[in-house]
Amino acid sequence: MPEKYHISTTPVPPRLPRIGKYGIVDWREDCARCHNCVKKACVYDRHRQESAYLRTLKYSNFLFFECMGCFYCVQNCTKELLALTINSEYENLGNQYWTPEIIQTTWQQAETASVPVSGAGYRGKFAGRGFDAMWTDMSEIVRPTRDGIHGREYISTSVDIGRKPAHLEFKEGRIVSETPEILDIPIPLILDMNPPEFTLPRLEPFILEAVRMTDIIAIVDSTKWPECLNEKQRQRMDAYLPNIAFHLNSEAPEIPKDVLRKTRMVEIPDSDDALDRRAALREAVPGIVVSIRVPLNKRGVDRAVALVDQGADVIHGVADFNGNEINVKNPRFIKDMIREIHTRLINSGARDQVTLIAGGGIALPEHMAKALLCGADVVSSYLPFMIALECRLCSDCKPGLSCPAGLEAIGFDYGVGRMRNLIAAWYLQLIELMGAMGMREARRLRGDVGRAMFFEQMEEEIFGTLFGTRKQA
Amino acid sequence: MEHFSAPENRLNDMGAVLPANTVRTMVPQVDVCREIAPAPPRYRNEFAKYVIFRSDACVHCGHCAELCPHHVHVRKPGYTLFAMPKSYLCTGKSCEKTGYYCIDQCPQHALRMVENPMIRALGDYRWPADMLLGTWKMAETGEPPAEEYELNYQTGNSGGGFDRLRFRFPEKPPAGLSDDEIDTSIILNRRDDGRPKIAIDVPWYGGGMSFGSVSNITQLSKARAAVAWNTFSCTGEGGYMERMRPYDGHMITQVATGLFGVREETIQRVPIVEFKYAQGAKPGLGGHLLGDKNTPAVAKIREAVVGISLFSPFPFHSVYSIEDHMKHLDWIKHINRRALVSTKVSTPTDVDMVAVGSFSAGTHIIHLDGGYGGTGAAPDIAKKNIAMPIEYAIAKVHKFLVDEGARDKVALIASGGVRTAHDIAKAIALGADGVVVGTAELVALGCVRCSRCSAGRGCPRGIATTDPELVTQMDLEWGTQRIINLYSAWRKDLIGILKRFGMRSVRELVGRSDLLMHLDFNNDAGVNKTDGPAKSQNASAKGKGRKPKKANTEQKP
Repeated sequence: MPEKYHISTTPVPPRLPRIGKYGIVDWREDCARCHNCVKKACVYDRHRQESAYLRTLKYSNFLFFECMGCFYCVQNCTKELLALTINSEYENLGNQYWTPEIIQTTWQQAETASVPVSGAGYRGKFAGRGFDAMWTDMSEIVRPTRDGIHGREYISTSVDIGRKPAHLEFKEGRIVSETPEILDIPIPLILDMNPPEFTLPRLEPFILEAVRMTDIIAIVDSTKWPECLNEKQRQRMDAYLPNIAFHLNSEAPEIPKDVLRKTRMVEIPDSDDALDRRAALREAVPGIVVSIRVPLNKRGVDRAVALVDQGADVIHGVADFNGNEINVKNPRFIKDMIREIHTRLINSGARDQVTLIAGGGIALPEHMAKALLCGADVVSSYLPFMIALECRLCSDCKPGLSCPAGLEAIGFDYGVGRMRNLIAAWYLQLIELMGAMGMREARRLRGDVGRAMFFEQMEEEIFGTLFGTRKQA
Repeated sequence: MEHFSAPENRLNDMGAVLPANTVRTMVPQVDVCREIAPAPPRYRNEFAKYVIFRSDACVHCGHCAELCPHHVHVRKPGYTLFAMPKSYLCTGKSCEKTGYYCIDQCPQHALRMVENPMIRALGDYRWPADMLLGTWKMAETGEPPAEEYELNYQTGNSGGGFDRLRFRFPEKPPAGLSDDEIDTSIILNRRDDGRPKIAIDVPWYGGGMSFGSVSNITQLSKARAAVAWNTFSCTGEGGYMERMRPYDGHMITQVATGLFGVREETIQRVPIVEFKYAQGAKPGLGGHLLGDKNTPAVAKIREAVVGISLFSPFPFHSVYSIEDHMKHLDWIKHINRRALVSTKVSTPTDVDMVAVGSFSAGTHIIHLDGGYGGTGAAPDIAKKNIAMPIEYAIAKVHKFLVDEGARDKVALIASGGVRTAHDIAKAIALGADGVVVGTAELVALGCVRCSRCSAGRGCPRGIATTDPELVTQMDLEWGTQRIINLYSAWRKDLIGILKRFGMRSVRELVGRSDLLMHLDFNNDAGVNKTDGPAKSQNASAKGKGRKPKKANTEQKP
C-alpha cells in the first residue's frame, strides 16, 4: 500500500491584528465602578486582551475586534454601558462573491491548518448563486469508506492529469499502443497564476515552496522565470521543477529545454496554432503533459470542446476570478460551464481520455469538490492563497500603491506556512465531504452529479409538483 | 396563570397494557405541572428592538409609569429615582399611535426612543433578530408575541424553504370552532404490532442533546418540559444521567455509533429507542465531542478518558444494508418489548429509499434530520453543504411512502431547521406527522446562536457547556418553565393556524401541501397529488377539514 498522503503543519499566527466581525463599544464615562465588572467574567478573556492590546498599540489604525459575539457582557453590565457592534471593516472585506465570511475562514484555515468547526446550526442563506446552489450527497447506511476520516481506511484524493488511452493494444504479450505520460497529483488542486486584476508583489517563491512541500502543481508565468525562485531556491532548482507548470507566454523568452524536461507539465495559451505548439512541445520534451488554457468567455465552452475534438489532452478552462463567464452581460457561472463541457465531451466519447481543469471562482474547499462533481478533474485557484497571507482583497494592488496588508514585506516562513496550512485544510475538508459521500477516490467524483443536488433541480422536482412553475427571476 | 389537567392516559401508566414480562423503569416517576408562569429573562439587560433613554431632565414625576401598560418604567418600592427603562418590554413604534406613548406624554420631554443599533449584530439569516426576540418573548410569557411588538418571528430571512412558504388561509375562517375543540396530539406508533400506541399531546418532541454537548440543567429542563407536555425528550448520545431517571417515561434513549451509555437497562427503561444513523448538521461524519468538553463528569457517564475528543464514527459498524438495520431494530425490540423504535437518518438524495427501507425493517418512526440541523460542534463545510434541506426531504419521503402504500403505517418526523410553530405547521403540511426541535429550546433558555458551543469552556451562557462554573448560571426550575412556556405559545400558534382552516385535529393537516403556497412559484400546480394519508387521517379525525375558498397569504412577500 502506498504511503498515506499527509501534510505536516504548524500554526502560523497572523502578522496583523485580526479583523473580526464583532467588537464591543464601551462608554467608560458613565461607569458606576461597581467592582463587579462583567468584563472580568468574559469567558474568552477578550476585555483583558483588549486592554493589553491598547497598552502596547503597534497599529493605530487597527482596533481590537476579537469579540466572539456572545453578548454576555452586554447583557450583564450594571449600567448598560456596553454594546456589540459589527465591524464595518469586516463588512467591507472582499466583494459580493468573495464575502467577508470566505475571507475570514480562509485566514483561520491558513493560521491553524484545521477544519473550521462551530456549534449551533447553519446560519446562512438557504441557497445562493453558483456553488451555493448545490449540495453534496451523503451515504446513509451503505458506505464503503467506513471510518476513512479517522484513519482506518484510506481515502485517496489523488487525480491524474494527461491523456488516458481508451484501451491498450497488445501484440505477442507486449503493449504496442502509445502510453502517454500521466501526471499524478495528490489533491485535485493547482495553484494558478494571479488574475490580471491583482498585480502583486512577488509571491512565487512562497507558492513554489508550498507546492513543493505538498507535492501539488503551481502554474508560473514563463516571463517570471527564473525570478520566481529566490536565491536560495535557485541553488536547488531541480527540487522545485517537478511542481512547476510553466505557462509558456509567447512574449517571453523561451524556457530552456533542459529546464522544461525536469517539469512534468506545461501550459500554453489558447491560440489558432495552439495544437501545433502542443505537438512541437511534445516532440521537443517527450512525455510532458501540455495543457491549453482556454478563457471561458462567450466562445470558451465551444472552444474547449473543439480543442478536444482536435486532439488536445488537457484543457484548463478559466472563468474570471468571481467564477463568471468572461465579458458576457449575463454570465454563466463556472459550474454550469464545466457541466456543459463535461456533458459534451461525454457525448463525443472523449471525456474519459482527457483532463479538464477548471479555474475561476474557486474560493472554498467545497468549491473544489463541487467543481469535480460538475465534471472537472482538477481545479485551479489563486486568490485564496493570497488571502491566506492576510490580503483583504481590496483590489488596490497596483504598482506604486502600498498594500494595506503589507504583502511586500512578508517573511518566507510565514508566507510558505500560511499557504501550506491552507492547502492542508482544504485537503482535510475534501476528505470530510468525500467521507460523507462514501467516496474513497477523488477520481470518481468527476462528473458524478448523482452525488450532488442542484437547487434548481430540487425546486422543480419536489416543489414544482406542489407549487407549479417557478417564477422567472 | 394557566393550568391544564394532566391527560388521563399518561405514559407513566402504560405498564398496565404491556406484557407482564416487560422490564420497565423501577424508579418513581416525577410529574411536572403543565402550568404557564412568567419566566423573565435571566440577564440584567435584555435585548430590545427599541431602546428608551431617560435624560437628566426627568423629574421622576411617575407619569410615564402610570401610562405605560407594559411596565417599561419602574420605580422600585422605597426608591425615589426610576430604574433604567425596561426597553425590552416596550412595543416601540406601534405605541406612537396610542394615547400612552411615553415619549410624547412626558411633561419634561425627558424620554426618547431609538431603534436599537445592536439588533443588527443579533441573529443570522436563519434566526433573524425578530425570531430570537419572539422566541424569548414566548419563553417568558407562554403566549405568542403580541402583534403590537411587530416582531416577524414566524419566518427567517434565509430566502428559501420554510421562509418562502406561506399558508393559503381562507378569506373567511370557518366559524364555530373553539380552541378547546382542536386536538394537537399525534400517535407515534401507527403499526398494529401490539406495542403501545403512544400519543403525544403536541406534534413535536425534543431532539437528542448529549450530556457533554449541553449541561445537565439543560437536559433536565428539556426532559421536565416533555413530562409537562406529555411528549418526549432524547438523551442524545452521551449516556443516560441518573438524574433523568424520574422522567424515564418521557425519554428516548439514543443509540448512536459510539454506543456511549448504551446498556440493556438504558434501553429497557424508556418507551422509545432511537437509532441515530446520521445527524443533519454533519451528515455522514459522525459525532464529535471536543476534548475541552469531556470533563470528569462527562467522561464518567460515557466511560471514557477525561479530556480526549470523543468520536462517534460514522456509520454503524454492524450495518451494511437494510437487512442489517432490521437486525438492529430486532435487537432493541427484543430487549425492550414495549419500546417503539425510531430511526434517525439524514437527507441524502435517496432519502425516500432509505425511509421506505427503514419502514420495511420495522421502524415505528422515521426521523429525517435535514441538512441545516443544529449541533454542538460540526465542521462548517458540513453544515452548509452536505445533504438536502428538510423541506425537500419531507415532501419527497411523504410522497414516496404514499406511493408505496406505507405512509399510514409509520410516523414521519422531521427536524433540522424547525424553529417556530409556523415551521412545524408547514412541515406537517408538507407531509410530516410531527417534528423534533432542538435549537429553539436552547434559544428559549437564552441562547443567542453565537455558535461558540464548541469553543474553549463552551457556551458562555451556561447552556451548551459542562464547565462547572458556567453551568451555575441557569436554574432548573427556570429552564423548565421557559421551555414549558415556549411549548404553550407554539401550541397556541398552531391552534390558531388549524382554526383558520377549520381543522379539528393537527392530523388533518398532514400532507395538505395544497394549503401552502411558495412565494417563488406561480402556485399553479392544481390539485395536490400527495394527500393520500391526510385523507386517511382525516377520516379518523373528529371532523373533516374545510377547504379554503380563496387564498389569503399569511404574510406579504
